[in-house]
Amino acid sequence: MITKRLVIIGGGPAGLAAAISSYDCGVEDVLILERESSLGGILNQCIHNGFGLHTFKEELTGPEYALKYIDEVNKRNINYLLDTTVIDVTEDKIITALNSKDGLIQIKCEAIILACGCRERPRGQINIAGSRPAGVFSAGTAQKLVNIDGLNPGNEVVILGSGDIGLIMARRMTFMGAKVKCVCELMPYSSGLNRNIVQCLEDFNIPLKFSHTVIEILGKDRLTGVKIAKVDQNLNPIMETAEVISCDTLLLSVGLIPENELAKKANVNISPVTNGAKVDDSFMTNVDGIFQCGNVLHVHDLVDFVSSEAANCAKCAVSYLNNELYNCQTVDIECLGGVRYVVPHAIRKDQNYSPINLKFRVGNVYKNVYIVVTCDGEVIYKKKKQICTPGEMENINLDEKKVKILKNSSKVTVELRKEQK
Amino acid sequence: MVDVVIIGAGVIGASVSRYLSKYHAKVIVLEKENDLSMGTSKANSGISHAGFDCEEGTLKAKFNVLGNEMMEKLSADLDFPYIKNGAFVLAFDDEAKSTLESLLDKGLKNGVKELSIISGDDARIIEPKLSNEVAWALYAKTSGIVSPYEMTIALAENACDNGVEFKFNSEVTAINTLIDGLEVVVNNNETIKTKVVINCSGMHSGCVSKMVGIEDINIISRKGEYLLLDKNLNYTHTTLFQTPTKMGKGILVAPTTHNNTLVGPTAVDINSIDDTNTTIEGLNEAWNKALLSVPSLNKRQVITQFSGLRSHEAKGDFIIGWSEVKNFYNVSGIESPGLTSAPAIGEYVSKEISQRLNLPLKDNFIEKRVGIKHIAHLPLEEKVALIKENPLYGHVICRCEEVTEGEIVDSINRTLGARDLDGVKRRTRSGMGRCQMGFCTPKIMEIIARELHIDVTEVTKKGPGSNIVVGKVK
Repeated sequence: MITKRLVIIGGGPAGLAAAISSYDCGVEDVLILERESSLGGILNQCIHNGFGLHTFKEELTGPEYALKYIDEVNKRNINYLLDTTVIDVTEDKIITALNSKDGLIQIKCEAIILACGCRERPRGQINIAGSRPAGVFSAGTAQKLVNIDGLNPGNEVVILGSGDIGLIMARRMTFMGAKVKCVCELMPYSSGLNRNIVQCLEDFNIPLKFSHTVIEILGKDRLTGVKIAKVDQNLNPIMETAEVISCDTLLLSVGLIPENELAKKANVNISPVTNGAKVDDSFMTNVDGIFQCGNVLHVHDLVDFVSSEAANCAKCAVSYLNNELYNCQTVDIECLGGVRYVVPHAIRKDQNYSPINLKFRVGNVYKNVYIVVTCDGEVIYKKKKQICTPGEMENINLDEKKVKILKNSSKVTVELRKEQK
Repeated sequence: MVDVVIIGAGVIGASVSRYLSKYHAKVIVLEKENDLSMGTSKANSGISHAGFDCEEGTLKAKFNVLGNEMMEKLSADLDFPYIKNGAFVLAFDDEAKSTLESLLDKGLKNGVKELSIISGDDARIIEPKLSNEVAWALYAKTSGIVSPYEMTIALAENACDNGVEFKFNSEVTAINTLIDGLEVVVNNNETIKTKVVINCSGMHSGCVSKMVGIEDINIISRKGEYLLLDKNLNYTHTTLFQTPTKMGKGILVAPTTHNNTLVGPTAVDINSIDDTNTTIEGLNEAWNKALLSVPSLNKRQVITQFSGLRSHEAKGDFIIGWSEVKNFYNVSGIESPGLTSAPAIGEYVSKEISQRLNLPLKDNFIEKRVGIKHIAHLPLEEKVALIKENPLYGHVICRCEEVTEGEIVDSINRTLGARDLDGVKRRTRSGMGRCQMGFCTPKIMEIIARELHIDVTEVTKKGPGSNIVVGKVK
């Protein structure tokens, strides 16, 4: 068994940023374990641009964004293993991984950062009835086939789900000469970024049907069509509205699920709302020395926020390694008034008053609201927003003064309010 | 002229061919799909029934009990998953208890061992997640679970290793009688002359027997829909049945041999012999009835749904025997307990055929078959050794089920190896996990293309017509 100070599981944007940040904070004994044959994670298949607007003030493609971080990793000679899959993580931070070259590797770690990203929700999890032909793909799988393998999934496409991956693939398939017949969205609003709705659907005259879903899949060996229907307020299909749309390809963009199977093996407590670990502002989970950042912690929309979150998480991991992160009480953040979740879920009541960034998502569309943070009933932060939607993650930046108040409170809320108070 | 043509490579055809391969004979199995186990054999509950639910004196009763007794040794010899986990038939009131009593009676008459009625409270000690409404349970300790397609594949591989020839994408389109045998027409253009034909064609066995003029096999297509939940949820270790009706054994909640939880099947007669679509109504019915047995089942843990067809013969029993057409042997109407009965049917039928054709026994019959090594199941030191011996076992392809390239390559290159994505899936578990092939599809396509020396655009899901992609990006 080898020992390492810090192992980062996942060499995507979160893992890369975390590695660079921990190295720069003085921990050089860091190792990245990546299961694909190159670093970069999901960015490698995101060949569209729009990445890095916040971080680099440029519109980069996914691979270009990834390359900036990969270059920094290589400049520092940070160690990484590719084609290496972690198959177990224990509560006492022993990692077991497999690869062809080294065989089975076991590592005793002082600290672990889980940066494993997400998987896509498959058809089976949303119970679509019908046949089981070829031609049904989750949008990310189709994206990989197209952008990395150079293969064309199909010619006539229906997309279920207006999440960003579905929107991007609507445009990508159109570029390939496919006819994208429509995008169906179960909810009355989109879960994707507004700019993607404009640039991927509106610009190409692809109809977006809100409050619609696919109720049946048709076709024996290959998809021949899908039956779609409008849904009522309880999201149940209204059978009288059912219609068949002929197509040979169905792309499913119906949700991302943080990949927390390893975290569960290590007895990390998972939040049922985010499906990621419950963490405090140190990004440490309930398991001593195991941290999380990026999509495995909660699903992000912008990679820039993944990178900054990962850098912060790494700084905390380094504090932990330097014995500066002592046990202390925490105060849970209560979510009110439409706020579905906040990450971090709790705040450490220590003397570290460095600025804190809170990220949250709302559960519905809210217009003309105030984002409010209260501590023991007092409003310490208030920001007006024209619109908050579930598809766009919100940030609250609290400076040292506000953080000091936060850390000395016994009741903290993050909420949306209509009226001024 | 060959000795035997077996029509159908489901569990019955595979079993008959395996037991027949103990004899010196030229045997060909004709299968119309691209792989083994493509019909009812891959879409059932995977139960090795104890045998209390069959009418005394029927072929079902006889072969069920025999097959159940053979299952443990066969699963060890042929290396397929089997667990003797026991079963409860649940009664929710005292009226239903009398149904349990008649099942107990039937079971004892059929020779079923270790059968008893226990109280609901005692059942809940064994299975804490059982509904509080369960008043009584028939406890059948000899009931087991088996992976039905892995069992079919294991039987067929062993048959092939012992000289049986398998031909896929070979649909029997006509059968002509000859003076000294039969002439089987395949795909409307190829003919095979044979001394004996054994009809093991499942849902199609009525149509196939009509090809030789047999009109009295009436196959009714009875659809059953299932939901499959994630692994290691531990809702139950025992198979949980509800009291049977005339349509079948009812909806069960059971573990699979890979520790998923299986819910279903419904039972609806339909007019098609190959419509295996799931339906909204069917899935809802299966789910809602299952909640009666285990109220805490969580729908968010469902990972996939499927459905299968039972070939219910209108007269109600198996049809096993020589038909009125010379040398045409029927094995038809094989619905539940067909899977359990398969080993016993295979052995019986092979004896009948060998007697008719005077076949001598081989002295070099290969009794055992070794399955694919699953690295996920091996202890640490064996994992290390396996990867050292073959580095492909260190390259994880399906991360949900922890399946490596070594296993996938084995599944393609072994006897009757996989030639499509679903074939790889059934043999290795790739794609049966939480992401349902979302992650590993492109990787498995690449491996299949490489190993079979075909272009990746030719890789299919389940045979001709089901190519995964339509072409290359221009």
